[in-house]
Amino acid sequence: MLAPQIIRVWGSIFFVSALAVAGEVLIAAGMRELGDLDDIRAKSGLVGTIRAVLTNGKFFIGALCMALNFFAMLFALSIADLSLAAPAIASLTYIGNAIAAKWFLHEKVDRRRWLATCFVAVGVALIAH
Amino acid sequence: MKHTLKPSQYAVLIAIMLTASVGDSLLSRGMGQVGQVDLHHLGLLWHALFNPFVDAGIVLLIGFFACYTTALSWADLTFVMPATAFGYVVIALLGRFWLHEQLSPTRWAGILLIVCAVGFVAGGPSRTEHHELDTMDSGVGR
Repeated sequence: MLAPQIIRVWGSIFFVSALAVAGEVLIAAGMRELGDLDDIRAKSGLVGTIRAVLTNGKFFIGALCMALNFFAMLFALSIADLSLAAPAIASLTYIGNAIAAKWFLHEKVDRRRWLATCFVAVGVALIAH
Repeated sequence: MKHTLKPSQYAVLIAIMLTASVGDSLLSRGMGQVGQVDLHHLGLLWHALFNPFVDAGIVLLIGFFACYTTALSWADLTFVMPATAFGYVVIALLGRFWLHEQLSPTRWAGILLIVCAVGFVAGGPSRTEHHELDTMDSGVGR
């Protein structure tokens, strides 16, 4: 594979992963902002809960990122092999999520969770092969 | 306070593991029956909506998204993540024991790693304590 092609393939893989991380972190931030959905459902019913989720700005932008991620994934698969792109994107997304959760969501990512994240990233890559 | 999960919340996590993997498998089987979709045959996408496997797959994936967002309302992203990854294990085990596919040692190693990851995270707290948020949740300071 030529150098420009390698850059193109890995650039698309990183871009898809970044969109997935942004989407998941924004959705998680939106859900944390709303609080336990069971409590909201007890107070406002199912329709009120769905309305609360769909009108949350962070959730909305996160869902938009996930939709863009879907189309970016289609593009990535058109220039990279599935056997490379699928595990690489999944693994990078898991590691990126852990880093972003620590930085932006201020989650306590202790040694146990880092280890779990690394195991998942490697495990997904092994299963996909 | 250590955030422990209620049985209903464990049920949501199990639903996340099952709905994503089974939904993807149903979509894959349905699209296999519909045929290859490309720019010249986009009409097949409409046709796909009338395939029962595709319909069941879409319903399960909507269910996955509902369960996933619900879980994120009471648990950390880094706690829920391994549960989503467990779907890969479910797919591999379905392939092995339902479709009688052969799993290579590499895939078994992958399954073992993800199972260990779920075990690590499940043994810890489900949510990071954020003092301000917890104060708001408990109603103190309102």
